[in-house]
Amino acid sequence: MELIQQLVNGISLGSIYALIALGYTMVYGIVKLINFAHGDVFMVGAFIGFYSITILHLGFFPSLLISMAVCALFGVIIERIAYKPLRNATRIAALITAIGVSLFIEYGTIYLRGAQPEAYPSNLVPLKDLDVFGVKISGQSILILGTSIVLMILLQFIVHKTKIGKAMRAVSHDMDAARLMGINVNNTISATFAIGSALAGAAGVIFGMYYTKIEPLMGIIPGLKAFVAAVLGGIGIIPGAMTGGLLLGVIEALVSAAGYSLWRDGVAFVVLILILIFRPAGLFGKNIREKV
Amino acid sequence: MKILGQAKFFWTSVVLAVVFAVIMQFLIAGGSINQFYVNTLFFIGINIILAVSLHLIIGITGQFSIGHAGFLAVGAYASAIMTMKLSMPFPVALIVGGIAAAVAGLIIGIPTLRLRGDYLAIATLGFGEIVRIVFLNIDYVGGASGMTVSHLTTWPWLIGCVLLTIIVIVNFTNSTHGRACISIRENEIAADAMGINTTYYKVAAFALGAFFAGIAGALYAHNFYIIQPTNFGFLKSFDILIFVVLGGLGSMSGAVIAAILLTIISTYLQSYPELRMVIYSLVLIIMMLYRPQGLMGTKEITSFFKVGKSAKGRNAA
Amino acid sequence: MTQLLKVENAGIRFGGLKAVSDVNLELKKGELVGLIGPNGAGKTTFFNLLTGVYVPTEGSISLDGEKLNGLAPFKITKKGISRTFQNIRLFSELSVLDNVKVAYHALAKHSILSSIFRLPAHFSGEKEMEEKAIEFLKIFKLDNVLHEKAKNLPYGQQRRLEIARALAANPKLLLLDEPAAGMNPQETEELMNLIALIREKFNLTILLIEHDMLLVMGVCERIYVLDHGQLIAEGTPEQIRSNPKVIEAYLGEEVS
Repeated sequence: MELIQQLVNGISLGSIYALIALGYTMVYGIVKLINFAHGDVFMVGAFIGFYSITILHLGFFPSLLISMAVCALFGVIIERIAYKPLRNATRIAALITAIGVSLFIEYGTIYLRGAQPEAYPSNLVPLKDLDVFGVKISGQSILILGTSIVLMILLQFIVHKTKIGKAMRAVSHDMDAARLMGINVNNTISATFAIGSALAGAAGVIFGMYYTKIEPLMGIIPGLKAFVAAVLGGIGIIPGAMTGGLLLGVIEALVSAAGYSLWRDGVAFVVLILILIFRPAGLFGKNIREKV
Repeated sequence: MKILGQAKFFWTSVVLAVVFAVIMQFLIAGGSINQFYVNTLFFIGINIILAVSLHLIIGITGQFSIGHAGFLAVGAYASAIMTMKLSMPFPVALIVGGIAAAVAGLIIGIPTLRLRGDYLAIATLGFGEIVRIVFLNIDYVGGASGMTVSHLTTWPWLIGCVLLTIIVIVNFTNSTHGRACISIRENEIAADAMGINTTYYKVAAFALGAFFAGIAGALYAHNFYIIQPTNFGFLKSFDILIFVVLGGLGSMSGAVIAAILLTIISTYLQSYPELRMVIYSLVLIIMMLYRPQGLMGTKEITSFFKVGKSAKGRNAA
Repeated sequence: MTQLLKVENAGIRFGGLKAVSDVNLELKKGELVGLIGPNGAGKTTFFNLLTGVYVPTEGSISLDGEKLNGLAPFKITKKGISRTFQNIRLFSELSVLDNVKVAYHALAKHSILSSIFRLPAHFSGEKEMEEKAIEFLKIFKLDNVLHEKAKNLPYGQQRRLEIARALAANPKLLLLDEPAAGMNPQETEELMNLIALIREKFNLTILLIEHDMLLVMGVCERIYVLDHGQLIAEGTPEQIRSNPKVIEAYLGEEVS
């Protein structure tokens, strides 16, 4: 049925949002910064994947890995140059810098290679479509969901079962205490940016494979929507980002299915406003008061 | 004593401004200035109004609003509807533009101004986008292709509005109401504790800032022949934000100077839009890293003239 | 002496945590009362309840017979409660004079429109605020730094300014949150004199949170002791000094 088809679309889209949202939420959780440039890391990932496939003639999975690695490095560089010096500055200053970095990446890319879009080769991964109860689920959708799930499970493993993950959790609770406990805070923050950016890069390649068209400004809207997803789930909370992303993808698909496709971009912002007004801590969040 | 000194400064500025306005009127009407420079001048005027209006919200009251282009859009479209669809005269359109934007400011401000910092920023960004998307989807105002608007913005209207904006906001700032807003910026909890109705003043500053953005919108709409939703996206909000941040958060003269300088730079770079954005963003990043207080910090241009006077004043006390 | 503040079974819980519970407290007009307790006992939280920053989840707070529960902070200030803060909360970029003027804002009669259009009401209103503020600051010996930005003042003067500002709001009840924090003995003694002076001059009732026992025992007529959000003792300084529960709260249980 049409509805189920849309749900499947929604979940595929939502997985992409979720992967990007994870980067936002991890970074916010650890340094309380909204990394405006994160959506552009997603874009860079898509392009790296594209060049790996078309110039280096690599397959989907190798390109995915290369893109993740390059984006991880990219994220760390951004953090060290633009965000680290402002760690003790006002939040407004950090936010403005993040906006600056975002615009720099976008327009720098256009300046270097022009604004024209590129297209991922279609049928990148030859897959059969599934037929479940009369609903055609494309092989690609399954690949997207599968890859996303694997990455998220990997992330959960890193966060909860490794030393660096423990360090990340500690620093996001209390940076000074973590430092006093001997944790290398700078490296932990870099690792967080690296992981988040890698996930965004993966999302970029996946997006390219699914929607084929990529262009330098492609990160703006998905970036904002992924941020909304992170807030929806509860900013700073990892399961929240996953849930928020999937939820937002499904809501958007349903709005589109209901015939309001011109408004689908507005959906995310309406959700954002509603969440901020009625439940700013998000679905999974706890209310933290300012100490008076 | 101090008030007399202020009044002297005030009236001197007014006289200078009027003289400047009259001279420009003759030059423009006489056609002795190249149209390119006239266009730039009009752009500067509109941007000054936008910068000063946002300065009231962010610089004075400390409310980080980054969807200001939304109010510009409301003012532009509301005024355009007045002249193009309802055949109203320009002055009416101008006022309607301002009022419509102020109402939008109230509607947006009341629910969102309870949020702080990053959250407020994102909420205002979201609202700015919602406004743009709304206009994108309304066929009455042309949807994506936008609306053609008659050219009714003349120099007297422009300079009049610029001066009005500056005077109103200066007067607001240099009063107990301005101090109330600054106290909110400095320490909202303490402001609450000292009897300031912080919600009222946050919303008031927001609505007043929105009003002048709406006026700018009306001037904008009737100056560039066509308005489209793409003119009022986040990049426009960012442009206005840069004026205020680069000028110095808390300095109105800084915002004005930044608006003038950046508009001039922008017009010279208009054939290279990507380069302009690359330069802008680099300048912004470097500013935030090395001189976050912007050009003027929280100082006004008048403090450079006061050096002799204040030394005298202190000894006298 | 007539009753000014009556707090009955007041408390607040954040989620599962009872930060303050079942507090009963009474202040009579003109009293100087202390509120002490170990760190984290809930003293500042209690102040936040009194000033409307937090809304009590249980109990009631009344000033001069009028219930204050749920009122916005600025309204409670207008009713007559003013405060200073544990970590100084001055308006850093504003001058000393402007900081005090802010406290007079609630009484200002000139509207936004009269200021925008510079009507006579604006000028007379501003002049009145200026004169009152300068006179006021003379009492606190801050009239030589009127135009200094608050952030440029030395620590002791900043504390004094905060108290001056709180008093400019014309309160019936003044809440002082650790006013002597960070002060050496000489500064503390000056503070004690200042408190005595303002109490008399402004007919104030004062509730004081402090850790400096010399100050508390020296100026307070009565003392309440808070621990883990609850009142564990109340009495005169002598009574409190020898109260075993108080000693236990501060020093832990005696090893017998």
